[in-house]
Amino acid sequence: MNTTELIAEYREFSPRINRIGARDFLLFVEDLTAVFDGFKAVDIDAWGVKRNELRVVIGPNGAGKTTLCDLVSGKTRPTTGTVFFEGDDITHALEADIALRGIGRKFQTPRVYDSLTTFENMELALPGSRQVRKFFRRSVRRDECDNILQILERVRLKDDRHTEAKHLSHGQRQWLAISMLILSSPKLLLVDEPAAGLTDLETELTAELLLELKDEHTIIVIEHDMDFVRQLDSKVTVLNEGRILAEGDMGELTANEEVIEAYLGR
Amino acid sequence: MFSGKPNHERCVWALFLFGLIGVPSLYFSGTISIDTVNMLGRYLAFAIAAIGLDLIWGYCGVLSLCQALFFALGGYAMGMYLAHHGGPPGSVDVNGWKIPGCLFVVYPAGVGETEAQWTVPWFWKPFYSLTATLALGMLLPGLVAAFIGYFGFRSRVRGVYFAILTQAITVAAWLVFCKNDMKLCGTNGLTNFDTVAGYSLTDPGVKFSLYMLTLACLIAVFCLCRFLVDTRLGRVLVAVRDDETNLRFFGYKPYMFKVFVFALAAALGGLGGMLYTPQMGIITPEYMTAKWSILFVIWVAVGGRGTLSGAVIGALGVNLVYNFLTTRAPEAWPFVQGLLFVGVVLLFPKGIAGLLDLIRFKRLAKRTAEA
Repeated sequence: MNTTELIAEYREFSPRINRIGARDFLLFVEDLTAVFDGFKAVDIDAWGVKRNELRVVIGPNGAGKTTLCDLVSGKTRPTTGTVFFEGDDITHALEADIALRGIGRKFQTPRVYDSLTTFENMELALPGSRQVRKFFRRSVRRDECDNILQILERVRLKDDRHTEAKHLSHGQRQWLAISMLILSSPKLLLVDEPAAGLTDLETELTAELLLELKDEHTIIVIEHDMDFVRQLDSKVTVLNEGRILAEGDMGELTANEEVIEAYLGR
Repeated sequence: MFSGKPNHERCVWALFLFGLIGVPSLYFSGTISIDTVNMLGRYLAFAIAAIGLDLIWGYCGVLSLCQALFFALGGYAMGMYLAHHGGPPGSVDVNGWKIPGCLFVVYPAGVGETEAQWTVPWFWKPFYSLTATLALGMLLPGLVAAFIGYFGFRSRVRGVYFAILTQAITVAAWLVFCKNDMKLCGTNGLTNFDTVAGYSLTDPGVKFSLYMLTLACLIAVFCLCRFLVDTRLGRVLVAVRDDETNLRFFGYKPYMFKVFVFALAAALGGLGGMLYTPQMGIITPEYMTAKWSILFVIWVAVGGRGTLSGAVIGALGVNLVYNFLTTRAPEAWPFVQGLLFVGVVLLFPKGIAGLLDLIRFKRLAKRTAEA
């Protein structure tokens, strides 16, 4: 399928014209552009991600992958266009409100709270931990605690639960950031380069984790590491110079001339 | 009880115990004079305001240079109450209000206005009642802080820009309070205090009671703040300091936390000021100058920020050294103060509290090595 057909297909599901069809899409962006000093970092006509889908976004450096994440999560305001989440326009909502609606995000460089312990970092990601009456608690509830420990055990951070996050290794921080995202249990997970700086073994575990989540969550993964993308074995969107170049599974894309030229062949 | 606590916190409790038992016994045995007790009481009032600054700076990571303004606002509130109830009889205005002595002598009369036309300004009146004064002395600084904070933090004014903003507001307030036309006695400040709640301020027993009251307030404030930082709220505050942006993407609104803590810090500043004024006997716009804002920051930095204990240790320690040096070698003080600050920045960034913990850590390490 060429790009024009692809866009036309997405257009059919625009929440503006097709409210029923659009319900399948958890996230939908339309006519989205982000211009920095005259440079178009993102220029997408129409694109969306369906519920319970694991979507991988790849593209060469500067293709606008992270900017796309920024636009969806509210970190950057688009120059034009609209972002729909569950059919609602969230283009101008605040970051915190977008997060409360159910979009969670992990940054490219793992961001954790350095002076807090691993466990305390997790505590702040607990769903519902933003309610005022819960602020004056000294400890976490039993079931919340079990939930945290279960995830920490899965990513092998249980023994380090009382370590301050600044003493964790890069891989551990990466996992802590992912664990916090998983714990907060958003409807849509934006995972920006989860495998950056990880060893092969660690990468494999990360892929496993994401695949496990796939059944109950919608996930967008941005990645550079082709092996990792192959492990995820999902639908892939290729971005190039801010535009959508192609979409399909890895097999189709490796046969696509344009994609090879822009990215894979280099 | 204290085995699980860090060294600095045990030190603070030791200080509190000394304040509760040691100082009274020294005073009643005649070893120290009432003036020394009075001086200690004033330093304890500083410590209360310093704890407030530690909450906003040490925990939330927001450097505020207007803690002295909030301290002075609390001081002025109490000063107005004391001025109402002190001084020479003065004159009574047409509405039957006695014009406070300190206001009477510098009353900014309009052209052609006779003494009979002078009145007590409306904003002096609420401070006639002690209850209202106590409430307003904390509420006013809190509201001012909430106002500054709401607009500052919501517009994401951060770091050094916020520090400059708060310093500018402090200087602006200083200019306003210096103007005699404001009917706040201008640069003279509020003075001529005689009684507090009906007791004579010159009575040693009252001075001693004020010291004990200040100490009790300090202990209560310390416990309250310790409780707050041990809850989830405290962990959110540290997260605001470490990575405010990330917190937003987890659905928190950092500005709300900052506004809350800033207002709380201001209220504590006001409480400190209210306890300070009756013990000092005067409050002037001097306390709103840039110098005092920086002093508060120095105390917290020297004590060790982000510990609460550090604020207490720093405020008491630096002031005692100041007191000791200025009576014996006044010319040495600026150098010592400078060295202290440079030392904290270069050598021990975690302040005295950090040093205390290091000592314990080394001792523990040594014990483990021996065992």
